[in-house]
Parts: sequence; C-alpha cells; structure tokens
Amino acid sequence: MIHRFANPTRFLRLADRIQPWAAGLTVVLGGAGLYFALFSSPADYQQGETVRIMYIHVPSAWMALFCYTALAAACATALIWKHPLADLAARATAPIGACFTLLALATGSLWGKPMWGTWWVWDARLTSVLILFFLYLGYMALNGAFDDPERGQKASAILALVGFINVPIIKFSVDWWNTLHQPASVIKMGGPAIHPSMLTPLLLMAFAFKAYFVWVLLMRMRGEINAMKIRAVRLRQVHAAEATSADAGAATGEAR
Amino acid sequence: MTNFVTILRRDLRLSFRQGMDSLMVVMFFVIAVVLFPFGVGPEPNILARIAAGVIWVAALLASMLSLERLFQTDYEDGSLEILVLQPVSLEVVVAAKVTAHWLTTGLPLIAAAPLLAVLLNMDAGGFAILILALALGTPSLSLIGAIGAALILGARRGGVLLSLMVLPLYIPVLIFGVSAVDAALGGFAARPHLLILSGLLLATVALCPWVGAAALRQAMRS
Amino acid sequence: MDRMNRFFGDNLTCFRGGRFVFAGLSFAVEEGGALVLRGPNGSGKSSLLRMMAGLLPPSAGALAWDDGRIDEEPEAHHERFHYVGHADAVKPVLTVAENVEFWARLRTPEPDTRAALEAFGIDRLADVPGRFLSAGQKRRVNLARVLAAPVRLWLLDEPATALDADAVRAVEAAIAAHRARGGMVVASTHQALGLDGGDVLDLADFQGEDLDID
Repeated sequence: MIHRFANPTRFLRLADRIQPWAAGLTVVLGGAGLYFALFSSPADYQQGETVRIMYIHVPSAWMALFCYTALAAACATALIWKHPLADLAARATAPIGACFTLLALATGSLWGKPMWGTWWVWDARLTSVLILFFLYLGYMALNGAFDDPERGQKASAILALVGFINVPIIKFSVDWWNTLHQPASVIKMGGPAIHPSMLTPLLLMAFAFKAYFVWVLLMRMRGEINAMKIRAVRLRQVHAAEATSADAGAATGEAR
Repeated sequence: MTNFVTILRRDLRLSFRQGMDSLMVVMFFVIAVVLFPFGVGPEPNILARIAAGVIWVAALLASMLSLERLFQTDYEDGSLEILVLQPVSLEVVVAAKVTAHWLTTGLPLIAAAPLLAVLLNMDAGGFAILILALALGTPSLSLIGAIGAALILGARRGGVLLSLMVLPLYIPVLIFGVSAVDAALGGFAARPHLLILSGLLLATVALCPWVGAAALRQAMRS
Repeated sequence: MDRMNRFFGDNLTCFRGGRFVFAGLSFAVEEGGALVLRGPNGSGKSSLLRMMAGLLPPSAGALAWDDGRIDEEPEAHHERFHYVGHADAVKPVLTVAENVEFWARLRTPEPDTRAALEAFGIDRLADVPGRFLSAGQKRRVNLARVLAAPVRLWLLDEPATALDADAVRAVEAAIAAHRARGGMVVASTHQALGLDGGDVLDLADFQGEDLDID
C-alpha cells in the first residue's frame, strides 16, 4: 500500500551487503591511520608528541558536524516524505553523533592540558562543539520522552531542524563572544599548514570514522527495526485480548 | 487580525484571573538574581562586573520556566484541539499566545530589571541599554521557547525536557544581550549589539510562529 | 455545486501503532443526514471522527467535501464543522458565557451566546466560572459552543457522556433542528441517541486484518 507499511526487508538485504564492507574498511583504514598517526608521522616541533591527539580529535570534530548534518537531513526526509526509514536513521544517528562530539570534547580537553595548562579553555571552537553536544542531548531526550514513539520522532525531527538552522547562528555568536572576552594568546589548533606526513593519517582516520559511522548506523537501524517488530507484536496481543473480551461482552448483552 | 486580538484578549484574561502566574515569574527572577551575591560575595566591583550577565541569565531562566505552561493547559483541557480546528491559521494562534505570554511575563521582567541592577551595583549608565536589550531580547526568548513548549506536549517530564531543548537555542540572545550592556558600560557603542538583537528578533518573528504551528499540528496527530 | 453539500470518505484505512484499526471504510453524509458510529472500544470510532476533522490523516483513502479533498484546504474545511471531543475545553476561570463566546467569536463577529445557552438549559449559569461546573454542565457548555456559531457539519464524539435524560433530549432536539435546516451530523455513541432516519456505521465491520511484519 503506502511505504509506511512497507516491509523493511529490502533495506535489511542492502544493510547485510554493506555492513561487512563498512566493518572491514573501519578496521583497515583505522589500523593504517593509527599506525601512521602513532609511529610514522613526525612529532610537532612546538607541541611535541601531544600533536598525535589531533588524529583523533579533528576527525571526531568533523564527525560531530557531519552527524548533525546527517541527522537534520534524515529528519527533513522524515517530515517531508514521511519515509519511515528516515525516522529510524535519525534516531540511530543521534547517539553516534553525540559520542563523536563527546570524543572531540574529551580529546580537546586532553590536548588543552599540555598546550594551555588547563583542562578547559572557553575557546570559540570548543565552546561551539559543547553547544552542539547539548543540541544532541536535547534531541535524544525529546525523542525518548513520549509513550508513542512516532510522536517522539516527529517532535524531535522538528527540533533537529530548528537546531540545524541555529548552528551557524550559535557559531557566529560564540565567535563574537570569544573575540570580546578571550586573550589573544591562544594557540590555534591544527596550525596554519599541515605537512603531508600529518595529512595522510588525518585523512585515513577521517575515512575510518566515516566507515565506522556507516557500520554502527546500520547496526543500530537493524536494532530499531527489531524493536518496532516487538512493539507491533505486543500491540497485537493487547488488541487480541480486547477483541475476545468484547466478544464475551456482546454475548452476555445478547443473553439479556 | 480580529482573531489575533480575540485570542490575545482571552489569554490575557486567563492570566489576569489566575493572577499569581506572572507574579511568580518575577519573584523567581528576583530571587535568582539575589542568590548571586551570596554565591560570589558582596564585593561591589565583582557584582557590578557580572550584573548584566546575571540579570540576563536569570531572565532567561524565568522566561523559560513560565513557557512550559504556554500550550500545556490548553492541551490538557482539550482547548488546543478545538483551537487547531478553528478556521484561523494556526500561526496566528501561536503568535497571539506568544504575545500574551510576553506581555504577562516579559514586560514584568523588564520592569524589575533596573531594580536588580541597582542591587548588583551596576553603573547607572548601563540601565537604559539593559532595558532596551531586554525589550529586544525577551520577545525572541518567548518565540523560541514557544517551539519548545509545543514540542513537549504529551511528553513525560516536560519541564526539564524544555530546558534541555531550549536553553542551547537561547545562547545567541544571551551573548548579544549581555555584550550590549557591557559595551555601554565600557564606553563603547552598544548599537551593533542591539542591531544584531533586532535581527534575531526579526528572524524569530518570521520563523517561530510557523515552526510552532507545525509542532502543534503534529502534537494533535496522536 | 456548493449547495449540494456532501461529505464522504472513500476506502479509508487507519493504521496506528503497528496495527490496522480499520480498513476499507467508506461513508457518505448528505444534507440533513446523520451518521451514527458504533463499535466496541478500540474499533476506531474516535479515530474516524478525528480523521473527519482532519486531525488524523488517513493511512490510505481520502475524505472529501463535494469535489474538494479536505486535506487540500484545511482552513476551508475547518469553516464547515464543529468537533466535540472527549475533553470539554471549559476554562475554570472564565464564566460559562465567556467560554462559549470566545469559541463563537473565532467564527462569527456577533455570536448568539444567549440562545445557545438556553437550548441546553444552562442560561442561568451564564455568569458562573467554569470551575464550579459539574461534568454534565461542562459537557453542555461544550455543546452550546456548537450552537453559538452555526456550521453545516457537527462531529460529535460520545456527545451524551455525563448527560442526564433531560440534557440528552435537549441534544436530540438540537440535532433534529440542525438537520431540519439542512445540517449534517456524525456522532459516535454507546447510548441510544435518537437520530431519526440516521445511517448506522458499525466499525466492527471494517476491522483490518493484522499485518504480518516478519
């Protein structure tokens, strides 16, 4: 009938085919990336060995933004075309994105300690990422706050889009705020130019993270589909019980 | 437009008859600000330095707390369902309800702000800009919060949820609201900050009723 | 074309929470007609009424007024009907008259609140705030809202709930008068509500089969 009722079998077949590749790519790219990052790339002349944190931190920060964009795209698809898989994809994307955001914050903090001497600096970028993390949390909280999961998905989809519109405004205002308050001595992360020996592991790690995202996303979506089936079975049981009691009620009514 | 006025008058009437609501918001605002000297010490210089930020943050929280009920009571007693089914565009309904909310909570906050600024030892030169910034900023807060208030309808733990969703979205208003006052106190031009606040207000006026109406529609679907 | 006034649904399906509530349901109401919805709990009477009001989009099928689908012009559709749901939407701090007048004013500039209150015998309560009313009185306030701003179609979800015998008769009289003027009524009801010559739609006849998900 309508795709709302469509069996997700086609998706599951596709997922079965993609998933091993995504997993394999994650391992291969991640392994190679880590080798280059930890052993073959040079230490920074200023930052020393701590620069190696960058190979986790920067791809995580990229993924934080990438996942939020993917989340917003999935939510827009869900709201406009009402495709049920888009709802599932959005729901599955959010925790992954939140984890990458948290990873970016944690590694940024670890990097900050030797560089700035404190665990946390209200640097414009870190602050924006922190707010992005809050946006993820708001999305996930709203998504899970309803007894009817469909309501949660629709409501949180609207929130995700509102948040997406807000991301550049927040970024702009935090930059503004930062220039007003921050002393200019902060060392910019990454530095002006990246040497190829550092770019290789960075890109490898970035692609490994993308592959990991696809892998986990498919797994989570599979989980969501199973949860949906279980819910449907439960509802059917309730309905069956209701129908038998109604029949019994009708029978006694006739007897009178 | 007549529908806008009809709904606005009804919401104002409801709010005045219930009475306590807007008074409580102002009381919260005052108490939240008064807590700060206890937290950071009564040093006049420190208080003067943080006055604008403290007042803004407290105003933000007060506005948000009162927003939880914006659609909730109408949702619970069935009024919202009927309101959605009137031959009135839902955007107008949202705009009217937000206006009523701002008149009953935003305005009292603005009126109370100079008093709190005195308590926090703020320089008198910043008062006018503080009031102006609040006048431009608090309607944006009400409008953004209205989206959140519409989204939490029927959710468990609506109030906490609302703060989690809405507070990150309030950050731009907070930043420019405070920086306008700080600029005025520091002898710089507050105009650019106020202009950006006006820009934010225009954007929220244009977008929020529309998004809020979409949120209400989907809340009615279940 | 417009004076024809025919409201109908074609092959409607309601799919909610992983199951079909009803499927393949069609109905039509003509000028002066009435449709009574019957069926056990959970058979979708309320869902069907919400669909007719446009609150719940049908999973399949379409609803139309004359030639126009209702989802294409929602505001034009809202113009045509009153919906009375389970909740009575009576504000505790507004008086009975204010409650009724607010709703009517959104549709007509000069509503006849007085006559609407009289029809349900609550005109003496006009100045009483809503918080003092009993459940039956609140229901009558909600029904008076329907009379205060005349429209062509009434969608009533269990209108007789909490009403005593006199009030039920008042509702029946109001419905009869409305139909005599060419109005239409769709009502779901457990109790016997006297609607002469109304069609009966038993939702138990349209129970959908369960979808095989695996």
